[in-house]
Amino acid sequence: MTEAALTKPGPFVPSRYRVVDRKTETFDITTLWLEPVDQPIDAFEAGQFNMLTVFGVGEIAISISSAPGAPGAIEHTVRDVGTVSHALSQSAVGDIVGVRGPFGTDWGLASLDAVDVVVVAGGIGLAPLRGAMRYLAENKSPERTVALRVGARLPDQIVFPDEIARWGEMGIDVAVTVDVADAGWTGHVGVVTQILAELPFDGEGAVALVCGPEIMMRFSARSLIDLGVAPENIRVSLERNMQCGIAMCGHCQLGPYLLCRDGPVVPYAPLAAELITESER
Amino acid sequence: MEELSDLIAKNSLFVGLPDSTIELAVGCAQNVAFEPGARILVEGEPADTLYLLRRGRVALQVQRPSGKPLVIETIGPNSVLGWSWLVPPYRWQFDGVAIDPVGAVAIDGTCLRAKADADPVFGYALLQRISGVLLSRLQSTRVRLLDLYGHSLDD
Repeated sequence: MTEAALTKPGPFVPSRYRVVDRKTETFDITTLWLEPVDQPIDAFEAGQFNMLTVFGVGEIAISISSAPGAPGAIEHTVRDVGTVSHALSQSAVGDIVGVRGPFGTDWGLASLDAVDVVVVAGGIGLAPLRGAMRYLAENKSPERTVALRVGARLPDQIVFPDEIARWGEMGIDVAVTVDVADAGWTGHVGVVTQILAELPFDGEGAVALVCGPEIMMRFSARSLIDLGVAPENIRVSLERNMQCGIAMCGHCQLGPYLLCRDGPVVPYAPLAAELITESER
Repeated sequence: MEELSDLIAKNSLFVGLPDSTIELAVGCAQNVAFEPGARILVEGEPADTLYLLRRGRVALQVQRPSGKPLVIETIGPNSVLGWSWLVPPYRWQFDGVAIDPVGAVAIDGTCLRAKADADPVFGYALLQRISGVLLSRLQSTRVRLLDLYGHSLDD
């Protein structure tokens, strides 16, 4: 047995990472920049997730929100909704957290060079799509048009607004809508499915990457199908109770899927369209 | 310059309908344009026009007792603006304010109702289309009520 194999931690042992930067995105969403203290985790693909540990508190699955292969720290964007995510959100620069991963399936960016792509994000759903968006914006293809459609409850709950604007300047067809406008909002007001109607390309043959609350993904998928996007070309990111990350514990089972291994990114058809309504166990 | 019949035929409300139906609508229609900030619909005022938006966006909004108006929904190109001409008391329920330079086909509501009354085939086709758009708007409103990105559903 080689020395590397002997020193490589097992799948349940987190590597220590240091919080080197943090940014408050919205009132309950924070992005953390993490750099390895120990042996770094393996390279990741856009759409995959890591298991993040706050020592003494617990471990949760968080999507990676930076782009694969990008230099510097790995980014994770966390919404403060529970004990561990709250502790993560409160992490200060210099704190140590644990990282296991990367786990799960990805958005399949290599398959998107010659097809039109519509990216649909709701709320914090843009975080797991951010790496894909960075790739699509920075790696232009003459055979591909990219549209980004973002929905949020309120204008101040839009995550990464500066980056969304920059993607627009880089040639991405961007539209953002909010459910409820405030006094300063001059953009679109309405549900995200309404801004799907004005795509700059035919739905037929296009690929859709969709991430957000599951009800939003269902309605978005239906609208995309109405626009001609083939159900099997709609990729959704599903999340259940990820715990082990290596398809052993079964907590994240959804029908035939163990989502920590077979997801989070799965095709909408044939299975996800039916499974997406199943409640978490 | 495109003919009114072509502009009407391309709008989502009329697309696919026979030429004879389009021509009935043409008889009630004219091209209109609005500058940003123009109040196209005024709450409480008589509602007499169906607008087929060609370009620009319109904010449906309500005036608050204090502060800026509250935008309820934004209507964009190829969409339809204004339903209150269809049923009594024929008064706008909200303000409709141009956000951008707006180009539209304005169809006289009284004229359209009269033609629908006189020609039930036309009237039925028109109401079927209008019902489809209204249903879509109702469903969108219901979806927004779900607070899709909010916190109450997940937490």
